[in-house]
Amino acid sequence: MTQPTNPQPTNPQPTTTPPSRARLSSRSDRAFELVILALSSIIVLVFVLSLYLLGKESWPALQRFGLEFFTQRTWNPVNSQFGAAAMIAGTLVTSLVALIISVPLAIASALFVAEYAPKWLANPVGYLIELLAAVPSVVYGLWALFVVAPILGRWQTSFFVNPENLQLLTRCQDLWNNNQTTLQCFFVPPSASGRGLALAIVILTVMILPYTASVARDVIRLVPQDQREAMYALGATKWEVISRAILPYARAGIMGGVILALGRALGETLAVAMVIGDSQDILKSIWGNASTMASVIANQFGDAQETLHRSSVVTLGFALFFLSVLVNFVARLVIARLTPQGIK
Amino acid sequence: MTRADAAPGGNKVLLSPARRIKNLLMGGLILLATLLVVAPLILIFAYLLREGVGALNADFFTKTPAPEGETGGGLLNAITGSLTMLGMASVIGVVVGVAGGIFLAEYPRHPLMPTIRMLSDVLAGIPAIVMGLVAYGLIVLTFGFSGLAGALALGFLMIPIVVRTTEEVLKLVPHTVREAGMALGLPQWLVILKIVLPAAAGGIVTGVMLALARVAGEAAPLLFTAFGNPNVNLNPLEPMSALPLEIYRGATSAYDENQRMAKAGALLLISLIFVTSLLARRFSRR
Repeated sequence: MTQPTNPQPTNPQPTTTPPSRARLSSRSDRAFELVILALSSIIVLVFVLSLYLLGKESWPALQRFGLEFFTQRTWNPVNSQFGAAAMIAGTLVTSLVALIISVPLAIASALFVAEYAPKWLANPVGYLIELLAAVPSVVYGLWALFVVAPILGRWQTSFFVNPENLQLLTRCQDLWNNNQTTLQCFFVPPSASGRGLALAIVILTVMILPYTASVARDVIRLVPQDQREAMYALGATKWEVISRAILPYARAGIMGGVILALGRALGETLAVAMVIGDSQDILKSIWGNASTMASVIANQFGDAQETLHRSSVVTLGFALFFLSVLVNFVARLVIARLTPQGIK
Repeated sequence: MTRADAAPGGNKVLLSPARRIKNLLMGGLILLATLLVVAPLILIFAYLLREGVGALNADFFTKTPAPEGETGGGLLNAITGSLTMLGMASVIGVVVGVAGGIFLAEYPRHPLMPTIRMLSDVLAGIPAIVMGLVAYGLIVLTFGFSGLAGALALGFLMIPIVVRTTEEVLKLVPHTVREAGMALGLPQWLVILKIVLPAAAGGIVTGVMLALARVAGEAAPLLFTAFGNPNVNLNPLEPMSALPLEIYRGATSAYDENQRMAKAGALLLISLIFVTSLLARRFSRR
């Protein structure tokens, strides 16, 4: 995260060489600085190229559909009709619900590592949580597909496929065929495969947990010891110390971790693409098939032969690009605004 | 960290039962939540060990995948492809990343510094699959699917991670060290190259290893850049396979044999990534 002020105000090496050293080294220093600057400029180049290439490729779709691309619900390659509302809804719903489930778990595990566990236990548990972030997306997808989906499928069968529920199922089926749903039908599975929106949310929850957890742990450790001791001296219990002295102090940092996790969730691709069922209809059931922007790119870009289809898929990527830049920007803003001195 | 459990037995008498119960309850919930957080990792690893270890035989490392529906074969194509692409990607990631880190840490007053810092942060947040689209537009549209395109996407993904860690370890090098170099009459660039960089080398290596571990598991940006290849291919201008790609294909395939290969591949990949991350952490602890 950025620091608002120069961390080393008394830096003894000014970028403009002082007169005394100018004779000796100004030329070689200048050359080195140029090389470093040129290599660093590749970062700028990558950003500009991304913007240009994504913009160029999505132009045909944006030209054809305009901003309605983002509000239309039909995504039909056969009729060359492309609207991204269903995928945008899928992306937002999966990410936000996963965030809501994962944040309390992440904060709790951070508290355990930083406040509860003895040192011999805290380090290994901290490692394990960080390894959770190192598991590749495809491996999460594989596990979800082979292990979690069958379990969810069995639950769906046992909860919803009995005689009195079958009536409900057929009623919901009629509603879905007309592209509608009711609140009741929203919780009825269209089929007992286990795959769909709910599984995608579960797997996303697990995937983004470590990002919030490790940031939260770091900021909780930075809470000054005096804060804790003062509360204990007043006779507070451990939970009272945590809830009134530690969490309020660390909230800005934790918020930064939450937004970081949101950014991850929005762009998470393969694990979601493997389990969400790839349906371009707007959400009809929590157990039903859906899609996210990233999953549509993964599933359709390779097959998209027609220019408009391909361009529409890239437009989703372009939107995702802007979304991630925006989330990043907000995260930096939040941290800069709320951070007390001394906590990054 | 010293712990301030300054609520010894004597105080407990004063605690109302409600407060004591709440305290115990929250402690229990926190423990439960931690178990819930760690459980998936243990479950995944145990599952892959049980299902994949049998397929990790000599064939796995020396043969290419069997034709669809037949048994046998291995993932040699994916292993060589992953190694080749990671090698090429780390050239981009290390050169640009370390240079960017040096720039941010050593030239903090350069007018371009805020821009490069911001863009590097922005790149860190861009989803991998979007980077795949960028590499597609950059290389695949003109030259076709190739390992080079995949390596470029992975390299771009490595840059911000290496920049961030390099910058942070360079800032940890004490100023007195730099001043000592300056006092000897060394120009700034020699101070950076001969004194600051060697002092920070351990941290930089850690950053590179973490970046490699991160991109080694990426399949999304390879789907339409490296594309995959059933044969061993070392030519960077031809389509190339990679472990995560084969895992993706196998996991979504209907054939048992492909699924078995995917599980073994996942076990291999996850083990390599875990070892790399743990080594990197060991390295940085020293």
